Amino acid sequence: MRGSKSLIDNIDWITVGLYLLLVLAGWLNIYAAVYNEEFESIFDTTQRYGKQLLWIGTAGVIAIVILLIDERFFSTFGYFIYGFILFALVAVLVVGAATKGATSWFVIGGFKIQPSEFSKFATNLALAKYLSTLNIRMTDLKTKLTAAAIIGVPAILILLQNDTGSALVYGAFILVLFREGLSGNFLLIGLVSAFLFVITLVFQNEVYQLPFDVELTGGWMLILALAVLMSLVYYFNRKKKQVLLFITVIFITCSGLVKSVDYVFNNILEPHQSKRINVMLGIESDPFGAGYNVNQSLIAIGSGGFSGKGYLKGTQTKYDFVPEQSTDFIFCTIGEEWGFIGSFVVITLFMALLLRILFLCSRQRSAFARIYGYGAAAIFFFHFTINIGMTIGLAPVIGIPLPFFSYGGSSLWAFTILLFVFIKMDADRLEVL
Amino acid sequence: MRQYESRRIVIGAIFLIVGIIFLIRLFYVQVIDSHYKLDATNNVLRTVVKYPARGLIYDRNGTLLVYNEAAYDLMVVPKAIEEDFDTAGFCALLEITKEGFDQRFNRAKNYSRYKASIFEKEISARSYAKIQEQLFNYPGFFVQTRTLRTYPKRTAAHLVGYVGEANSKIIENNSYYKSGDNIGISGIEKHYEKVLRGKRGQEVQMVDVFNRPKGKFQDGAFDATAVSGSNLKLTIDADLQAYGEKLMQNKKGSIVAIDPSTGEILALISMPTYDPNLLVGRQRSKNYGVLSQDTLKPLFNRALMAKYPPGSTFKSINALIGLQEQVLTPSMLYSCYRGYSFSGRKMGCHVHSSPVNLEFSIQTSCNAYYCNVFRSIIDNYHTAEEGYNVWRNYVTNFGLGKKTGIDLPNELSGFVPKTDYYDRYYLKGKWHSTTILSLAIGQGELGFTPMQMANMVTAIANRGYYITPHIAKEINGQPIAEFDSTIVRNETGIEAKYFNEVVEAMYKVVEKGTGTSAKIDSLQVCGKTGTVQNPHGDDHSTFIAFAPKENPKIALSVYVENGYWGSRWAAPIAGLMIEQYLRDTITRPHIEKRMLEGNLIGTVPKIASNEGE
Repeated sequence: MRGSKSLIDNIDWITVGLYLLLVLAGWLNIYAAVYNEEFESIFDTTQRYGKQLLWIGTAGVIAIVILLIDERFFSTFGYFIYGFILFALVAVLVVGAATKGATSWFVIGGFKIQPSEFSKFATNLALAKYLSTLNIRMTDLKTKLTAAAIIGVPAILILLQNDTGSALVYGAFILVLFREGLSGNFLLIGLVSAFLFVITLVFQNEVYQLPFDVELTGGWMLILALAVLMSLVYYFNRKKKQVLLFITVIFITCSGLVKSVDYVFNNILEPHQSKRINVMLGIESDPFGAGYNVNQSLIAIGSGGFSGKGYLKGTQTKYDFVPEQSTDFIFCTIGEEWGFIGSFVVITLFMALLLRILFLCSRQRSAFARIYGYGAAAIFFFHFTINIGMTIGLAPVIGIPLPFFSYGGSSLWAFTILLFVFIKMDADRLEVL
Repeated sequence: MRQYESRRIVIGAIFLIVGIIFLIRLFYVQVIDSHYKLDATNNVLRTVVKYPARGLIYDRNGTLLVYNEAAYDLMVVPKAIEEDFDTAGFCALLEITKEGFDQRFNRAKNYSRYKASIFEKEISARSYAKIQEQLFNYPGFFVQTRTLRTYPKRTAAHLVGYVGEANSKIIENNSYYKSGDNIGISGIEKHYEKVLRGKRGQEVQMVDVFNRPKGKFQDGAFDATAVSGSNLKLTIDADLQAYGEKLMQNKKGSIVAIDPSTGEILALISMPTYDPNLLVGRQRSKNYGVLSQDTLKPLFNRALMAKYPPGSTFKSINALIGLQEQVLTPSMLYSCYRGYSFSGRKMGCHVHSSPVNLEFSIQTSCNAYYCNVFRSIIDNYHTAEEGYNVWRNYVTNFGLGKKTGIDLPNELSGFVPKTDYYDRYYLKGKWHSTTILSLAIGQGELGFTPMQMANMVTAIANRGYYITPHIAKEINGQPIAEFDSTIVRNETGIEAKYFNEVVEAMYKVVEKGTGTSAKIDSLQVCGKTGTVQNPHGDDHSTFIAFAPKENPKIALSVYVENGYWGSRWAAPIAGLMIEQYLRDTITRPHIEKRMLEGNLIGTVPKIASNEGE
């Protein structure tokens, strides 16, 4: 173990700097979002910005503690932490408090703790530990199934809490598995399925008039189009072996997918979830409900223009047009008050953080640290994509926070832990043999 | 796994692509697309809610029962009030005091300094005309249109119910409602809230620094027109309803009339009642306070929420159960010596000839006869418990002791004890048919609502079944059956031939028995009187009836509190109701006059004080 001097030398200060910039910007924007002339002091702890400052302070303490802990602690106790979190996820179902329909909070002495925020970190830790074990190959079926279980169990527990948004985050781990050798086809299949799902939703209610008095609904029309496409593929590849079987399998799978969309949409998704997707795709207009948030959010962001209205000068955010202003829709405040310049800076900061983590990953000697780093990046990326995507109408409204920006202690602490454990691993990377 | 090192490029590329897509989208939304820009002079958007007109309510003949009148909410945005605001002038315009102004203004400020909230609610069209002319002098204030309910017939208050502002609890639990919205609070207005309310609309206006609207934002891209609520046609006959309320004036009680062939409710009267126009608009809370303090409980819907023992009217049901259980035949005779003696006790009866057969037992309402019938039903089984459960099953098949399923809120389910109730009182296996003998004559623990009794008559009139009673006939011209799958035929499990015996006896009741005051020339009316023992004062007068005997068109139950015997008040009122509905004329004006002039409300305290002497 080297002294603390070398720890300071070894810490990647660029990542820490990006973290500090993001947290500071987040805090200033929470202040703007809930700004109220009657409670003008930014340190007023009766207001959200004051509370957030307390969270930031405690997050700083947590970060320092993590940097002082021996890096081996995380690899040794990885499974233990994971097991503990699973226990907490089960416990919250039994004794937890419900907010907005999701039972995901522990209330301890006036403070609310959300274990699902911390379970992303724990899952990442357990997954990294498992995949870094010697003689593990991503191509083995057993590896795939075990990894899927590590990721799936907490996701299902969170689904049971009725917090679909947080459960979806676990899908991000597919990037980690891909990096560790999972066939790219899985990514491709995921993308194609999502694509088919979306176009089926868009077209399924249309009715097409074909020659000879044949009427086809959108779903069958898509299958017909798939058949034509597959026939063409077969025609151009007809000399290759097994191509017919291959194409038939693909065709049947895709057709099944198209026909099951209706079922999934109406029976598996909750009505408000299907509605949000419909609104995003423009199939349904609902200016009061699901569409309301997005419309108001777009007005707020769009009205910011190139250079913004100025700090604390936003009108849309002031007049409470946008709901969840300081949590899920915090990006609106940035867009409105800082304009495109502000949006550009924030997106650039996130990009810089994500790419910096990837860079740090590539210089890790230990597989454990590398896999953990990819997991962290994937989680940040997923939150970033869905959160900002929904405020600008590119993703359905799924209530997950924007890392470091959104108001909330649990999420800030959890993201801080997620990031600083990796910073610590990176700082100690030279000690790994 | 170093061999996959190059895959980090793919992952990095995915990150970058999303980042770039976001930047392009943001550049488009924030810089290129002028859709979302707010003009420099139009520095704020204001959302004006467009309240939909609630659906209208008609009676079965198309008479308008409920419609809307325009009213206006005065809104305020506290932040927009200037330093030099002319408070005195504004108070004079609104006819409020300075204190009243401060109070309202502070309430609005506490809600939000930036969001508009209601300053003064539901201003009438007349007052609004004056205010509107000068409102431009007072920036920060604007007006939102809404509608108020109006009840031209002034009847059926309990049934129609009323509308009020959605409270914070409703808003929290139901995402549709927002502060300031109205919601049906009772009666039809509550049950058919979703049908009647329509869909709220909105208009997003651009407003300049002087709070002047500068037109629609994005040419109305975010506006939504309000969709009016659906119109509702009720099964109620407004004339019959009004006539029933008139007959019941100065009395407490209720009348429920049903068309047996369809289950449609023709009248649902609860007395005393009130003018539904009292619970509208600005004076609602004041009037509500007065009505809820009234000792006669005018807000209480007796037809659905009052529970009375059925009294002798219930004897018809025991007769039917006895016949179906094969422990009774119409010709069977029981003797009655002024009552029925059992295990050293006696249930009394009035003086009449003996022995008694089925027809005469109903006609003269003999207690002893039904003690015999009830005991033979229960004792036909090994244990009293077993026999009681069979009996209870028949009773509930008549819709008694459970909700009838009428499309109105707050219906009481009534009470027919389960065996465990008696087990608790008398210990398991320690009670017998004699223990619960008061059930034989419809007294004891039984408690049914007037609604359930009317429904029970419907089952008798139909000779064995009833259709779920309902009060809505059509929604926007479409039959209610298309919307409500709970309207079904319910069987009693008793054969039609047994009903004919009892119906014949009920016909005799009106022809020459206890119910002759309900008799109508050349109309075959069937009925049964009842006197409900009332431990708190004079007994209640009750009567069940239907007419005509064949293919009945109307079945009803009448309760008149503290009216003594069924023949005194309930039977004549039932007769008049039947005549009004089937003939539309009254042939016995002297009876009508006596009913209209009857005043039973003063008698309650008098009797109570007599008891004290």
